[in-house]
Parts: sequence; C-alpha cells; structure tokens
Amino acid sequence: MKDAAPPELDTLIACPKCDALYRVGVVNKGDRARCERCHTRLFTRRRDAGLVIITTAFASAVLVIAALFLPFIEIRRLGFSNAATIVDAALAFYGGPLFGLSLAVIALIIALPLTRLVLTIYTLTPLVLDRKPWPGAKRAFRFSEAMRPWSMAEIFVVGCAVSLIKLTDLARVEIGPAFWMFVAVVVLMAVQNMVMCRWSVWKALDR
Amino acid sequence: MTVTARDKGLVACRECARVWPVGHAQCGVCGNALRSRDTQSLQKVWAWWIAGIIAYIPANLYPMLTTRTLFHTSEDTIIAGALDLAAHGSFGIAAIILIASVVIPLGKFFAIAYLALAVRQGARWPPGRQYVLYEVVEYIGRWSMIDVFVVAILCSLVQLNVAASITPGIAALTFALSVIFTMLSAQSLDPRLIWDRIETQDTKDPA
Repeated sequence: MKDAAPPELDTLIACPKCDALYRVGVVNKGDRARCERCHTRLFTRRRDAGLVIITTAFASAVLVIAALFLPFIEIRRLGFSNAATIVDAALAFYGGPLFGLSLAVIALIIALPLTRLVLTIYTLTPLVLDRKPWPGAKRAFRFSEAMRPWSMAEIFVVGCAVSLIKLTDLARVEIGPAFWMFVAVVVLMAVQNMVMCRWSVWKALDR
Repeated sequence: MTVTARDKGLVACRECARVWPVGHAQCGVCGNALRSRDTQSLQKVWAWWIAGIIAYIPANLYPMLTTRTLFHTSEDTIIAGALDLAAHGSFGIAAIILIASVVIPLGKFFAIAYLALAVRQGARWPPGRQYVLYEVVEYIGRWSMIDVFVVAILCSLVQLNVAASITPGIAALTFALSVIFTMLSAQSLDPRLIWDRIETQDTKDPA
C-alpha cells in the first residue's frame, strides 16, 4: 500500500528544520551537505558508516549490560561502606511517593539507551550486508530516532562525576569499574551520532 | 531568496527529508505524519511551558534531599545545597549545580517564551539568530537532568546506617517533571515557523 513518489520528487530534499528545498544530484560516498540557510546537516555519506555504527552499537550494548551490575562508586565512612550499581541508582526512589521517578530514571539511563542500541543494530545490519531490510525496520528506526533526546546515558556520567565531588567531604570515595564502562559507552555513542546519517539510512531502507 | 517546499506546493517529511505533493498525510518512505506547518505548535508549546513553570516552583521550595549524619540532619533545597557546597569551598561544583538547575531552566523558560512570541508577533532578532537560540535550547534542555541523577546516585550510595544517610525529597520529582515538560515544550515548537517570518518580512519589504 505504498504510494510511490513521482520520479522528479525523488531528487528533492527539504531541510527538516527550515523547509528550504534543494535538488540533489548523484550522491557519492564521502559527500556531505548542509542547509545553506540554517546550516542543519542534510546528509553525510561516510565510507563504512554502517559498519562503524553497528560495531560501536554492539560494543556499547555489551558494556551497558555488563556495567549494570558492577559498582560504579563505593564509599566508606566510620567503618561503614556501601557500593552502588547503576540499578541501585535507578531504584533510589523505589518504594514511597517517588516511585514514578524511579521508573523515569530507569528509562532514561538504562532502558532507552539500550533499546536504541538494539534497534540501531536491527535496522542497520541487513543494510550493511546488502540484504533486504528486516521486517519492521522502518518503524524501529523511526522509534529509535524519536527516543534520541530521551536517552541520557551521557548526562548520567556527568551526574556521577558531580556526585563524586559532592561526596568527598562526607566519606572516602572510590570509583568502580562500571563508571569507566559508562564513560566508554558515552564516547562510543558520540562516535555513532557523528557518523549516523538519517537521510542515507532512510534512502537505504526505502530500496 | 530561499525556496521552501511549501512555496513549490510540496510538503516535507521532517524525519527523512523527502517531499510529497501537498495533501499527502503520511510519508511514503518512513511513514511519518506529514504536515507542512504544525498549526497547533504554539498551543502545545505554551501548554507544556505552563506545566513546566508550575512544576518548577515546588522544585525550588521543597528539599531536594535530606542528609542525616551522626549528630546532624539537614534538608537542602536546590539553591541551599549549592550555597552549602560553595561555603565548603567547592565553587566549581556549586557553579555546575546552579547552572544546571537554576540558570538553564530559567533561561529556557525565557528563551522558549521569546521564540513562541516571536513566531506570532515578530521580533528584533533575525530568524537566523532565533534559530540558533532554538538549537541551543533543544540541545541544552536535557542537561538539567543532572541534578535528578545526582540525587539518585547520592540516595542509593549514602546508606551507611547511623554514619550517614541521604534520602530524596519531593522536589526531586517536581524538578524532573519540570525538565521533562520544558523539553516537550521546546520539541513542540515547529522550527519552520521561525523561518517563515523572514519570508513574510522579505515580501513586505521589497528593498
């Protein structure tokens, strides 16, 4: 039930931010374009972008899952000590009136980043292998893009750093392995963001 | 002058940048709903904006967290907590907290209101600069969540029996809601409306 665009509309591209209309010729690997008016990135065709995205997404997913149950900060004071995992932090508001906040924190720092990684792998793997997209790939990619602002792993890492300093005069603080794993995830996600070109992905999904 | 998709009787997809003849309700490539301009944009912006302000007030009046140490219990609001940190000499961290939880949220309320008013009534700033403000608001909004994550981390970590414990306050919830509402407010603003202003100004002023 897909209505095909008239062929001449195929060669047009509209800036999603300001509606400026451009005609695109043949786009080669390595080409990139920005909107002349608002400088929004229209497309960036990098060599092997798909492969880079899949490998970094896979690595991030493994790191996030492994980091979930390892301590990211440990504190000691007056002989008492405690270590918190990311799951503990997400469940900090569990029980009591702030229960809803717990769910939100789980979604923002664990569920959504992980979902986005899985959806990205699902959408891009067949494209990189030059196969037909897997069923539901378009819906998966649209959802993943819509969730982008709500995936806050990098903000959580900065929050960790702030907490560390806040705690130094209350107790002795040690950084756990999960903290460094999350830092790595943030770097990998930044690389993905830089390399990912929505326009190219949609073009490939539409083939 | 820039030619927009609307000028050519086309409607652009904001997800995949493809264009369709006016009247298409759904993008044939990615399945996104098509609207040349979101006519309800401003209504949604103001609705979320008001919700955000309403949630921001208790976020500043009630304690964000309660700290219990051996002989001392203190309840800290956002601002009191930051001032306390500054009094202990951690000026950098106090600045981060103040910027993330006070300067950015307040700045965002003003910025969104300015942009929404400018779309309807025009403004002194040229659309180019308005759009930069929009981009900054969109980018920076999520970072206000830092404080919520810090509270989550502190509360899960500092559970040292009688030596020290930290429990979350109701302000953590309303602050998180305020951040979420303002993010939704900024996302509801259709940036193409900002650029439409110059089109009308240009045609009025044939210089």
